[in-house]
Amino acid sequence: MADAERIPGFNTLAIHAGAKPDPTTGARATPIYQTTSFVFDDVDHAASLFGLQAFGNIYTRIGNPTNAVLEERVAALEGGTAGLAVASGHAAQVVVMQTLLMPGDEFVASKKLYGGSINQFNHAFKSFGWQVVWADPDDISSFEKAITPKTKAIFIESIANPGGVITDIEAVSKIARKAGVPLIVDNTLATPYLCKPFNYGADIIVHSLTKFLGGHGNSIGGMIVDGGTFNWSREGRYPMLSEPRPEYSGIVLHETFGNFAFAIACRVLGLRDLGPALSPFNAFLILTGIETLPLRMQRHSDNALAVAEWLSKRPEVAWVSYAGLPGDKYNALAKKYTPKGSGAVMTVGLKGGYDAGVKLVSNVQLFSHLANIGDTRSLIIHPASTTHKQLSDAQKVQAGAGPDVVRLSIGLEDKEDIIADLEQGLTAK
Amino acid sequence: MNRDGYPDSYIRGILNTVKTIAMVGISPKDNRPSYFAFKYLLERGYHMVPVNPGQAGKEILGQKVYATLADIPEPVDMVDIFRASQFVMPVVQEALALKPKPQVIWMQLGIRNDEAAALAEAAGIKVVMDRCPKIEYGRLSSEISWMGINSRTLSSKRAQNFGGGFQRMGLGINNKREP
Ligand SMILES: Cc1ncc(COP(=O)(O)O)c(C=O)c1O
Repeated sequence: MADAERIPGFNTLAIHAGAKPDPTTGARATPIYQTTSFVFDDVDHAASLFGLQAFGNIYTRIGNPTNAVLEERVAALEGGTAGLAVASGHAAQVVVMQTLLMPGDEFVASKKLYGGSINQFNHAFKSFGWQVVWADPDDISSFEKAITPKTKAIFIESIANPGGVITDIEAVSKIARKAGVPLIVDNTLATPYLCKPFNYGADIIVHSLTKFLGGHGNSIGGMIVDGGTFNWSREGRYPMLSEPRPEYSGIVLHETFGNFAFAIACRVLGLRDLGPALSPFNAFLILTGIETLPLRMQRHSDNALAVAEWLSKRPEVAWVSYAGLPGDKYNALAKKYTPKGSGAVMTVGLKGGYDAGVKLVSNVQLFSHLANIGDTRSLIIHPASTTHKQLSDAQKVQAGAGPDVVRLSIGLEDKEDIIADLEQGLTAK
Repeated sequence: MNRDGYPDSYIRGILNTVKTIAMVGISPKDNRPSYFAFKYLLERGYHMVPVNPGQAGKEILGQKVYATLADIPEPVDMVDIFRASQFVMPVVQEALALKPKPQVIWMQLGIRNDEAAALAEAAGIKVVMDRCPKIEYGRLSSEISWMGINSRTLSSKRAQNFGGGFQRMGLGINNKREP
């Protein structure tokens, strides 16, 4: 299969994409290139590398062979042209926006996002001069209304964290296309196993690798994937890509690198100058995780559906928000965008309110009470008493973190054990 | 040949057989894509011949520049065209008039002229359009994977070092040229 005439399947790509045996040692597992720097072949070679005239390695803040395998792996799984690994999911968002926006520019974002992203956009990004304009994924026309001449991008999550919201990617992508701006999709909760945003018109995908791609709760990491679909030069609105770059003696990145120019721009202008490089050791752990991604995501989704069905029949439970449940508000969108399953994460409303939430997280024995999702282990958090404690009650409800809400990330344990733990947690005195 | 998607074996076959490449429309400026591609292919052991009427008689990267394809005093295996699509036809006609004819006409990334391609194919010449030989070489040798690019290749065989250093990869057994 040296040639790509036959397009390999997802399981094959999850194991092999990007990872040929090491050219010098023959090592079959991807080596951890734990080095800051790489010797040049000669002076000419060094000049070619610094001038972007040759492909190769200089310094791990700009690129590293272990990280490169991870980049190609995720790009192949998403069906994109190139990837760029960075230190965290949040770093991926900073690097993408820095490549697209200038101070004074705007972007439109779904208001149903991971709370950390809402914070990043509302506060940190404002100090860069990037203005977020919020839109409502339950009212697609609100995206169109939010567009102004200053809009440079639209940002959504495929499956939103935590509420089980599924965004109509195709509908939003039509609005992005009409406005002439790229659509960025955070595909963290779905992973490419459950959802392929490029098939529905996304131009850029970002990931928190920390979650399901790594999958074992051991490494923070982020990824940017270039879909190769956006014409950066057409409107001249993205100077990082369409203007001669003074950083590289006047190179125009889009004309030089074609359909992977965005990933290169994020690397040689964003990562190089902002600096959030991923450790090669983390890249290795995440790569090992990805080899079993298809198996894990299917089990996560199957377990989560069983748990959601069980919870929805419990007397202690007021409601369950999980798009995979028949009758859920987002079930029709889930059937279209995530037909193999709806992922691991759900929110649950407890009839007993705040006290019932505190009691449940205190009494569980198998679930871990912590602020993460996407681990092999089942995880639980009561946002009102932890991550969202500082907000007013009204703000908590608005953020989907009312006093009665508990978020679960269902792990890979036996589903009978997961359910038994919830049962004893709900009924404990 | 399906002009929308070339099999990797087709591209690999071309890059493994041609030795002399004339690049029509090369820029003498070291920040232009044509200069990048020229330099890269030169470093991979191809005999590169620059063609640009405005630069005729001068040198680019030590190689003498010719005004037209007909001026090149030796046979050319491949003509790599760095001109906008609407200017491709005359270049292809010029290439077809060469004796011997080149084996390959290659139009750069973003360049496509189906009429010119049909003419060349009718003369028994292989055509590639809308691709960059530097990117294709980098992709098929795995070198481009260092930049996180999706090479769309899988293999359980190790990539071949080109020689003359650690950071230059080759195309395998058929590529024994010295850099
Ligand atoms: C959907 C989503 N996007 C982005 C992030 C941020 O990722 P990281 O924690 O790796 O910076 C998270 C983390 O919880 C997330 O759930």
